Order: sequence, then C-alpha cells, then structure tokens
Amino acid sequence: MASIWEYANPKKFIDTSNKVIPMLWVLTIVCLATGLIWGFFFTPDDYRQGSTVKIFYLHVPSALMAINAWFMMLVASLIWIVRRHHVSALAARAAAPVGMVMTLIALFTGAIWGQPMWGTWWAWDPRLTSFLILFLFYLGYIALWEAIENDDTAADLTAVLCLVGSVFAVLSRYAVNFWNQGLHQGASLSLDAEENVADIFWYPALVAMAGFFLLFVVLVLVRTQTEIRARRMRALLARERMQ
Amino acid sequence: MIALFKRDLALSIRAGGGFGLGLAFFLIVVTLVPFGVGPQSELLARIAPGILWLGALLACLLSLDRILALDWEDGSLDLLATAPLPMEGIVSVKALAHWVTTGLPLVLAAPVFGVLLNLPEGGFLWLTLSLALGTPALSVIGTFGAALTVGLKRGGLLMSLLVLPLYVPTLIFGAEVARRGALGMAVETPLMMLAGISLAVIALLPFASAAVLRVNLR
Repeated sequence: MASIWEYANPKKFIDTSNKVIPMLWVLTIVCLATGLIWGFFFTPDDYRQGSTVKIFYLHVPSALMAINAWFMMLVASLIWIVRRHHVSALAARAAAPVGMVMTLIALFTGAIWGQPMWGTWWAWDPRLTSFLILFLFYLGYIALWEAIENDDTAADLTAVLCLVGSVFAVLSRYAVNFWNQGLHQGASLSLDAEENVADIFWYPALVAMAGFFLLFVVLVLVRTQTEIRARRMRALLARERMQ
Repeated sequence: MIALFKRDLALSIRAGGGFGLGLAFFLIVVTLVPFGVGPQSELLARIAPGILWLGALLACLLSLDRILALDWEDGSLDLLATAPLPMEGIVSVKALAHWVTTGLPLVLAAPVFGVLLNLPEGGFLWLTLSLALGTPALSVIGTFGAALTVGLKRGGLLMSLLVLPLYVPTLIFGAEVARRGALGMAVETPLMMLAGISLAVIALLPFASAAVLRVNLR
C-alpha cells in the first residue's frame, strides 16, 4: 500500500519528483503564458481604471501564493516536529525564499498600481501592512536557517519559529485591522460572494492563479532536491575528511 | 523556583548586571525625540503615547540577550536543565525576573518621562496601565527570542529581527490604549485585547521557549 510517507525517503522523493518536474514545468509555463497573455491582451480595459487593472493578473496570484507558501511551511514544520522526516524540514526551508519573493512581488505590483490609482506608492492600510509584516516573518525565518550550523538544530528551531510566527502573523493581521481602516478593496474573487469581478476578468485570473500555484510547487520541488543533494554532498565531504 | 528568581534578581541588580541601563536607554530615546521632530508642544503631545511605548519596547529589546546568554556561557543553564525544575518553569522565572528588572522600572518611570513629552493630562493613568499590562508580554516574547538565539555567537541582531515582528500586536494595542487615553476616548476594547494577548502569551509561549531551549541544550 503506497502512502505519502514513502516520500520521506530522500531517494524516493528525488526519483519521483524527477519524473513529475518536467511535466509540471510544461504545465506551469502553459498556464502562466495563457493566463497572463489572455489577461494582458485579450481582456477589455476597465472603464475607470484603464489598463492599470491588468497588473492584477500578477498581483492577486502572487499575494495568494505568499500566504499559501507560509501555510505550506507550517504544515511541513509540523510534519518535521511530529514525524521527523528530513525531507519535510528541507521542503519548508526550500519554500521560504519562494514565498518571500511572492510577498515582494505582491507588494511591488501593488505599489505600482497604487501610485496612479490611490495617488500613493504606499499607505498604512491593513492589508499592505500585514503583508509587510509577513515579509519580516519570512526574513527572520530565513535568517535563522542561515545562522545555525547544525542541520537538525536549525530544523527544530525554525519549525518552532514557524509555528509561533503563524499565530502571531494571524494576530497581527487582525490587530492591524483594528489599528487603521483600509484603502484596499475587499475580497472580490471569493467563490461564495454575491458580487464578484465579471467572468471575463475572472477566467484569465483563475488560469494565472493556477500558473502561480504550479510555479510555486515546481520551484519548491527543485529547491528541495537541491537541499537534499547539498546535504548529501556535505556528508560525503565530511566522510572523506575522516578517512 | 523562588531561589532561581532571587538569584536572577540579585545577579542583575548587583555586579554590573545592567539594572538601570534599560531605564537610561528609555530616557535617552525620550530626550532624542524632540531633537528629531522639533520642540512644538502640540506635536509632542500628539506623538507622546507612541514614542513612550516604542521607547519602552526598544529598552526591553536591548536587555533581552542578558536573560539567557550569561547563564549559557558559564554553563549554569546546563545545570538548571538537569535540576528537577521543568524547563517551562525555568523560562517563566527568567521572563519574570526580566520583567521585574526591566519592565517594572519602565512602567514606573513612564509617567515621569510623559511629562518631558508633554503627554496630555488624561493619558498618564492609561499609559501606565497599558505598559503595566503590556510589558510582561514583551518579556515573555523576548525570552522566546533569547531561547531561539542563545547558541549563536552573534545572535543579538538576529534576535531583534525575530522578536520585533512578534511585538507588533502588543505594540498596536498598547499604544492604542495610551493614545485613546490621552485623547479622552473609550479605551476598553484595546485594553481588553492587550490584556488578552499578555495572558495568552504568558500561558502558552513558555512551552515554545522551553522546547527551543531543550533543542539548543541538546
């Protein structure tokens, strides 16, 4: 009976992900190209915002993945703490820089859109502020990984930091809401909301989101492989020095 | 536990433990702010609650590495770990000692420094109360940061990077209480949120700090 825990074996993980990665790359590129080209060139301009609205095909998916990347790190950290599979810890490590870049993309595309629309690059709006705080959490998490030499110690400490950080990130999100009222619009892409964006914008956005999701998955897989190989290499070098 | 508390207290008060340093730092921050923003009393009155909270937070942050670093270096932390006291108790006592030597003086001094910044009349009570409620959370969160970075040689800067984002909710609600108090507005909501954060953090975070410290002592 095959179970997901089989992939806790690094060799099994590398073999299987090697098989999936080329296919995932193709899917990613197809989705991203379709979503972005469709969104950029084949949707009408918004009647008030003009063509600036098109930056949202980058902004929304990256913001979505910035949060989901942290969530994935949380799950991977929990698996590491409970079952102590090294691949899991390395996957959390591999996901952090990807998530951080997604956060940065969301912040920057938001600023580029906000300048003509709100008349400012930056406002201390709850959503903007909590993304900045999320960015700081990523920064701290990555810095802690880099600072500690022993691999297992680093994995343990960062896993606990990820857990505690998640609680505080959610807390900050609501605290910031309390602290300032926002300029940022509410959710308009929810599945259950009465009023959403029109279908003509929604479908390319959906494809772009799928593309960003696949991009995240494939990048994390590749980076996890790299981490595994780097660790093997260090182990081999250490063994050679012993002899 | 009481013995450990007394020991920590004695160590930080005597022998250059830096008991007054946090307070001195707080005073310097409060002194420097008018040089930076100008001496107009209305402006100072408006930003006083935020500056006082920020100053207290930074003073707290600066003294964090003393919570565990010295005990780590001379090995007494290893001895404490083998003592019958659970690790959660050790970190709680450490946080308490840190609060008594750093947080409490800040709370007591804040009204005096409020005068320097022309804090409005009604703000004194709420500023003091919010600091009294919030600084224990700062100490406990800081102990978690100190436990994370205790094994590192130059962990001070990294600890600031890790701890400061965790301070965000406490700072928001604490400064909000002080600001609303200074303006004579209703303070109940942020006050209750602040108290809630403090209590939750005191109850739960020692488990995380202890887990992290065990890893570092392994």
